[in-house]
Amino acid sequence: MSAEISLRDTYGQTLVELGKENPDIVVLDADLSWSTMTHYFRAKFPGRFFDCGIAEQNMISIAAGLAASGKIPFASTFAVFLPGRCFDQVRMSIAYPGFNVKLVATHGGLSVGEDGVSHQAIEDLSLTCSLPGLTVIVPADAIETAQAVRSAAANYGPFYIRLGRPKVPTVHDESYRFELGKAVMMRQGGDVTIIAIGLLVAAALEAADNLKKEGIDCRVLNVPTLKPVDEAAIISAAADTGAIVTAEEHLEHGGLGSTVARVAARHCPVPMEFIAIKDTYAQSGKPAELFERYGLTAKDIKQAVHTVLKKKG
Amino acid sequence: MSEASEVQKTNVDPAIEEGSLSVAQMVAVAKKLRRHIITMTGKAGSGHPGGSLSAVEIVTALYFKVLRHNPDDPRWPDRDRFILSKGHAAPLLYAVLAESDYFPVEELLTLRQVDSCLQGHTDCRLTPGVEMSAGSLGQGLSFSIGVALAGRLNAQSYRVYVLLGDGESDEGQVWEAAMAAAHYKLDNLVAIVDNNGQQIDGWNRDVMNLDPFNKKWQAFGWHVIEVDGHDLNQLVNAFEQAKSIKAQPTVIIAHTTKGKGVSFMENNLDFHGKAPNAAQVEMALKELE
Repeated sequence: MSAEISLRDTYGQTLVELGKENPDIVVLDADLSWSTMTHYFRAKFPGRFFDCGIAEQNMISIAAGLAASGKIPFASTFAVFLPGRCFDQVRMSIAYPGFNVKLVATHGGLSVGEDGVSHQAIEDLSLTCSLPGLTVIVPADAIETAQAVRSAAANYGPFYIRLGRPKVPTVHDESYRFELGKAVMMRQGGDVTIIAIGLLVAAALEAADNLKKEGIDCRVLNVPTLKPVDEAAIISAAADTGAIVTAEEHLEHGGLGSTVARVAARHCPVPMEFIAIKDTYAQSGKPAELFERYGLTAKDIKQAVHTVLKKKG
Repeated sequence: MSEASEVQKTNVDPAIEEGSLSVAQMVAVAKKLRRHIITMTGKAGSGHPGGSLSAVEIVTALYFKVLRHNPDDPRWPDRDRFILSKGHAAPLLYAVLAESDYFPVEELLTLRQVDSCLQGHTDCRLTPGVEMSAGSLGQGLSFSIGVALAGRLNAQSYRVYVLLGDGESDEGQVWEAAMAAAHYKLDNLVAIVDNNGQQIDGWNRDVMNLDPFNKKWQAFGWHVIEVDGHDLNQLVNAFEQAKSIKAQPTVIIAHTTKGKGVSFMENNLDFHGKAPNAAQVEMALKELE
């Protein structure tokens, strides 16, 4: 596994490349450009960068106005504020009219760590997936992030992309090609499928490696496009392996687990287990400690596989 | 009127009379718009006539005197933009768009019906000439900033006009936007506040006091003009004056009467979000003959 890379950094650098290629790309931030890494873009294209100050609602509706006038705005802040703070603006100004705005939130999930509950976005996927017309993407590593950001710029319509704060391991190799709306088979396997997003993809691969040693053959699916989700890949996983474990850095309600369960229940019901934050707020702590406390580690995934295989019988 | 008030009741500059309607013609159009508002909300059985009637002269002056627009090409890139932020005044916008030939006047009678292009609150995907989907208050000024910034980036000369309610100005986002528009020095942006003094629960001063309203805008860095919002001369002059203001946005605080033009609707809160019944429609139309 190669060196760990910050997805925020990849995002910021990809924006600069896009800015060079397309003069209609503009970037908005809400006083967090050194955290979201949009400052790279500001340095190169100061005239196309708008710092809206600590006013996220205003930023989102400004982005809508820019998009309505032919620009391709990327608007960024922390995931607790986008969509949390400005959900109505995302709904009314962007998703409902279908404007071409790219919402890229950083510091998603528990891996924010020590800042605590106020800064841990663990409900953003539930909120964004609930909005008709909004495409929702959760990249797993830097290679996927760069391509997902490019895909958002190239495809008309509103997008939400969730990135985390820490540096993360690379799970794809350079030959990887992100395809909008497509799940990615990370491992072939026939006994059970682990479906994961974001940081949990690396944990799922680790769990699959460990289970292999016990003779359990796991399929691992990465679902970078959470909405619209790749239903065919989920149905095949259910049909081929007969059991599913989902894994996400999010509340159990309304994210990956809910999405997969809905597809499986309709087309091919199988036993399922859910690695996610249960119905609770977390607390301050180091990301690794929090992942352990709230059950988001490779060990937890492995245990869930054992549980679901018992149900499968 | 305050110290910010600069517009006197004067005759319209002859230069702005060219190529558009005379004041007398606009007075006639305004009456037509009022009739449309009464008829369509009456037919729909719901809607917001009060805050539509109060802003009739504002949109009449814009669509028939001030705006460069082309009903045959609603998405003309260089058009001046009119953005309705107080989306519940949708009947008003639909009426002026129909009278401007964006769509047939007959469409107005489909307001709020299933499959109509005229939703209860504006939907920019469905209605030709509607720039923004509104109905959740407080977002239009921010949206207009985005449109104005894009115009500046593209070196386009279009101007952006956005209509807000006074009650709408309770929303914090309005003041986030007020701060930002001045910060970005958007002199291609004009906000008009339909200052009818009322909101759903009562008079603004009782529900949530906005005063000193003009001083708030001034303090946020705006050029402030106050006018009688039912006086077409004053409105047209104010829009002209705004064009000469550089490096800051302009707000026109238009003092209006909710329900204007129909005696039993004026300043009557019942008609904020309630349509006239058949008898009331008949009475109202009689007054508007």
